[in-house]
Amino acid sequence: MLRKLLIGTMLGSALTVGYTASTYAAGGSVEVLHWWTSGGEAAALDVLKKKLESQGITWKDMPVAGGGGEAAMTALRARVTAGDPPTAVQALGFDITDWAKQGVVGDLGDVANKEGWDKVIPTALQNFAKHDGKWIAAPVNVHSTNWVWISKKALDAAGGKVPENWDELIAVLDKMKANGITPLAHGGQAWQDATIFDAVVLSLGTDFYKAAFIDNDPKALGGDKMVEAFDRMAKLKSYVDKDFSGRDWNLASAMVIEGKAGMQMMGDWAKGEFLKAKQKPGTDFVCIRFPGTQGAVTFNSDMFMMFKVGDDKKAGQLTMASDIESPDFQSSFNVVKGSVPARTDVPDTAFDDCGKKGIKDLAEANSSGKLFGSMAHGYAVPAAVKNAMYDVITRHFNGELDSKAAAKALAEAVAAAKG
Amino acid sequence: MADATMTARAAAANPRATLQDLLPKIVLAPSFAVILIFVYGFIAFTAVLSFSGSKLLPDFSTWVGLNNYVRLFNHPNWITALQNLAIFSILYIVVCSVIGLALAIFLDQKIRGEGLLRPIYLYPMALSFIVTGVAWKWFLDPGIGLEHVMQSIGWESFSFRWIKDGKMAIYTIVIAAVWQSSGFVMAMFLAGLRGVDNEIIKAAQIDGASTMTIYRRIIIPLMRPVFLSAFVVLAHLAIKSYDLVVAMTDGGPGTATWTPALFMQKFTFGRNEMGMGAASAIIMMMMIFAIIVPYLYSELGGKKK
Repeated sequence: MLRKLLIGTMLGSALTVGYTASTYAAGGSVEVLHWWTSGGEAAALDVLKKKLESQGITWKDMPVAGGGGEAAMTALRARVTAGDPPTAVQALGFDITDWAKQGVVGDLGDVANKEGWDKVIPTALQNFAKHDGKWIAAPVNVHSTNWVWISKKALDAAGGKVPENWDELIAVLDKMKANGITPLAHGGQAWQDATIFDAVVLSLGTDFYKAAFIDNDPKALGGDKMVEAFDRMAKLKSYVDKDFSGRDWNLASAMVIEGKAGMQMMGDWAKGEFLKAKQKPGTDFVCIRFPGTQGAVTFNSDMFMMFKVGDDKKAGQLTMASDIESPDFQSSFNVVKGSVPARTDVPDTAFDDCGKKGIKDLAEANSSGKLFGSMAHGYAVPAAVKNAMYDVITRHFNGELDSKAAAKALAEAVAAAKG
Repeated sequence: MADATMTARAAAANPRATLQDLLPKIVLAPSFAVILIFVYGFIAFTAVLSFSGSKLLPDFSTWVGLNNYVRLFNHPNWITALQNLAIFSILYIVVCSVIGLALAIFLDQKIRGEGLLRPIYLYPMALSFIVTGVAWKWFLDPGIGLEHVMQSIGWESFSFRWIKDGKMAIYTIVIAAVWQSSGFVMAMFLAGLRGVDNEIIKAAQIDGASTMTIYRRIIIPLMRPVFLSAFVVLAHLAIKSYDLVVAMTDGGPGTATWTPALFMQKFTFGRNEMGMGAASAIIMMMMIFAIIVPYLYSELGGKKK
């Protein structure tokens, strides 16, 4: 690991020499570190790239695929340690805050104030995109995680009524089981277990979600209500198939698409899989909020975190930030990506029904104060605490802990991770 | 002291001799410097990090003493990792040695086609642990692998789902690792067996010893140095076990197959707990030293006596 760091350092400084020579010739350039390498994501990012190139700014791509950005963050460490950070870096939640604390991020104030970002970007997102009152990141989109994707055919066979609360959900799952399909398509990876847990906790009340995940109140984390949340997880586990462990989320989506499974509880990136399979929202699949969470949204937002760069690159950086927040980019990007715009004033005309619902729900949750960062996706607690929670959730889901022990372990793990 | 005066005298007498004396040192200096910085320098750097409060980046402004080590040994995942390491390394080393020795003895019976069989057993060693891991992951996956095939050819009740079972998953990693390494151990033993003096065996035969007795009382005891080498090679592979676990289970189901190396990587880079990651790396290094140092002592120190 340390060897890598030093090699990165040396490589980084070698690159610096190359840049200074080339940037002056090109006039303006941005170097972008990201992990959007899969088909749909790359296509979405291409929208931004084209827009910048039409403004005469060269795009230097630095894709580091894999691990939900973990590999990218490792590469970033080397670049920052070398004193040569990229212009913009795709980043999530508390990673942005962690980097901001290192004092290496830039300031987007010039653009943000002129364009009035404060008014159009939801406050919950601003908590991450701003640090000490300064804009440091440009939010690209908002994914929400408390979605359920149901196969229309399986739902019709199970009575056709969309479940609106926990009991109705269980009734539908039971009927699907009786109909001989896997009721719940799920992949047994810690982050997927946690994604469902997000929604389950939210379904027990927005105050409870806030107390447990945002405020990390030990009483909420280890209390009776948390035991109930774990009981609900255990109940949901009884509806997954035997081979769930280790399965990737898109394979779980495929099970719903092929009709082998009834539903999947997953963030709205799952929609892309349905659309790719030529399925239509409303006729082939149904998108609903996790039963009992309508009106509240747990979000996960991709942002481009901007680093402190030399004056020669500053103009390109600000142009990029401005482009990201332009309503037409927000619309065209998010239609492709499956998420919803990060500003609340973008028209929803280009979006499909699920997208329209997502935009409406986001605006509603934002104004009612029920928009919360997703714990599972690093928008509620820092990485160390998040992963401590993952450990407990996934151990419980895999039957290593019972619900009471899990609630106790959750409170202890969070306390230990904070220490 | 005496050497230095002699060199100085020689240098004064003959510049050519000086050059001859210095040349090996000059040639070796770069690699020596590289090892000094990149191996020992970074070991020291990691040790320093493990006492710091480093989170995202190395941070030498906050010092937490032994706190990282205290938190490490209070962390359930680290305890799981240590237990897994114990299960994995004991089984891996024992089973590999037994299979390796057995294969070597069978191959040593002057059989026909040895030239063909030997590379077949050795071949898995040519694969990386990642390839082995992915192949075994698919092979053991109940949905597509062994269980699926057995059930689809008619053995309906066949069940083998260890890789999905938190209590048994670590044993599937042992299976894959043994498959990969036992051929290599076989090659080591084969070389050892070929080195046994035929005279001893003939003498034993004349004394009327059975083949079993010859192996049990003479040949296997003669393999002692090979056992030791195999142990050292396998033990450090076991402690470093990372790629195989990542490819096969990535620590799952749950946290059931975490190993110390996986812990180090996940904490340092995934959880922004660089201090704790460094502490776990130091503990791992101490475990390896605990194996290597006595070995080197017995190998190098023993001969001098």
